[in-house]
Amino acid sequence: MSVLVYTESDQGNFKKAALEAASYGKAVAEAMNTNLVALTFNAGEASELGTYGVEKVLNINSVNAFNAKIYADAIKQAAEKEAATVVILSASADSRYIAPLLTVGLKAGYASNVVAAPSSLSPFVVKRTAFTNKAFCNTEISTAIKIIGVSNNSFGLLENPTTAQMEDFSPNLVSSTTSVTSVDKASDKVSIADAEVVVSAGRGLKGPENWGMVEELADVLGAATACSKPVSDLGWRPHSEHVGQTGKPVATNLYIAIGISGAIQHLAGINSSKIKVVINTDPEAPFFKAADYGIVGDAFEVVPKLIEKLKVFKAQNS
Amino acid sequence: MKLLVCISHVPDTTSKINFTEGDTKFDTNGVQYVINPNDEFGLTRAMWFKEKQNATIDIISVGGAETEPTLRKALAIGADAAIRINAEAIDGHTVATYLAAAAKGGGYDLIIAGRESIDYNGGMVPGMLAAMLDANFVTNCISLEIEGTNATAVREIDGGKETISTVLPLVIGGQKGLVEESDLRIPNMRGIMMARKKPLTVVEPAAEASQTHSVSFEKPAPRGTVKLVEADHIDELINLLHNEAKVI
Repeated sequence: MSVLVYTESDQGNFKKAALEAASYGKAVAEAMNTNLVALTFNAGEASELGTYGVEKVLNINSVNAFNAKIYADAIKQAAEKEAATVVILSASADSRYIAPLLTVGLKAGYASNVVAAPSSLSPFVVKRTAFTNKAFCNTEISTAIKIIGVSNNSFGLLENPTTAQMEDFSPNLVSSTTSVTSVDKASDKVSIADAEVVVSAGRGLKGPENWGMVEELADVLGAATACSKPVSDLGWRPHSEHVGQTGKPVATNLYIAIGISGAIQHLAGINSSKIKVVINTDPEAPFFKAADYGIVGDAFEVVPKLIEKLKVFKAQNS
Repeated sequence: MKLLVCISHVPDTTSKINFTEGDTKFDTNGVQYVINPNDEFGLTRAMWFKEKQNATIDIISVGGAETEPTLRKALAIGADAAIRINAEAIDGHTVATYLAAAAKGGGYDLIIAGRESIDYNGGMVPGMLAAMLDANFVTNCISLEIEGTNATAVREIDGGKETISTVLPLVIGGQKGLVEESDLRIPNMRGIMMARKKPLTVVEPAAEASQTHSVSFEKPAPRGTVKLVEADHIDELINLLHNEAKVI
């Protein structure tokens, strides 16, 4: 018996979401009195995983490009080799792509968007978000093997230092008629999925030409930029920045909303963020009811001042 | 080309979410239902394949008779025929198993589903369906072109997008971007009249196959009231974020 966690890396570095999944895996392994094993592709070294409680790492070097079908099948073989009864994945785009394929391969029940350690092991019950963050659902997984997708920034990073032993793993790889022909990824920008802070703006900014200050504020905070639905529908910003019920969910530590009134669909998308700051001219904007801190004021006056003050703050605190 | 579009019948995005029976059931009282938005982007893209590439479109859904107005709406938008699998959608695996059983033997080249439903947000049905049918699979799909048996899809990834080359049969988890919001179609009177005559077949489900179930629901704890900071006291906001919230 064991707990297996798939720890995703990007150019040799483990993603924060992967380390969070490992932290979660350690909590489950401890509760079940068993070991935590990680599966990696092309990982350089294992010590960082050891920090979060991983005792053994199976590393696959024989796969180059990402392919969901091949990855899912490799994870399945690792789970079988380690007799894993719980398999943990993160909420990254790739992990969400892999998980449903893996569930069919392992005949395992799958709960996605899980935000807390199991409340009970028998029956096996986890808490997940549903109705786009408007509610939580306590879900029982009744299969012998369970698959859990851990939401970003929910369980958190929990150090549990041990020594991780790495071994090479060479599964029999399946073939696939699907291949990636090109990747378009801005390497100098923080993605919404990986961001600790998101700076988001809405129609209150009046036009796409005014996004300079949003980007500058994001730069100062090391944040990703996002926008409301009308802004992406108007073509002011790309769809990939649209946050809300039909866009991306955001679960960051700090979400700053500028000139966004706070429609119910938008609030649903950002509900899992810990601290919300709202800047809006309209004191009656519904977003103020969902926020932790607010400034009633004109974004064109407030945001430049905020950037200036934050620069001073960052200079003093770095 | 034969297309199958999976339709989820979900609460409208503005719905207030409440629960009944000791927080074990979703409260449908006063809730308006719509086509799951991610499915509607897929259906609209399917209409493009119908109009430009002569595709036929079947739609399929798992649910009781109460879901039929949603299916009629999809027919009014332009799908050719509907299949309703007469069963409760207990979990993603159940839905995928029913859909796979119904799709098998249907000769579908392309199956378009939404990347997730906006009610349970499982994000698992399209991938499970692809695995069960041994079809290729692309999720978070924001662009799709078909030429012969080849498909080119664009998938949204964290911080960007990637272009994928694959072959039919193919299952897609679609989302906004597959078509623009402004491309979505409101059924016209002619479409609504024609939809009444289009076939809506009710089939009984394959064997029940649930792996998970919802034990109970909770609503997030109510928030405290917002702390307002004067627009000319930005230092106070920074102080609160640093010392109180500890997020900067």
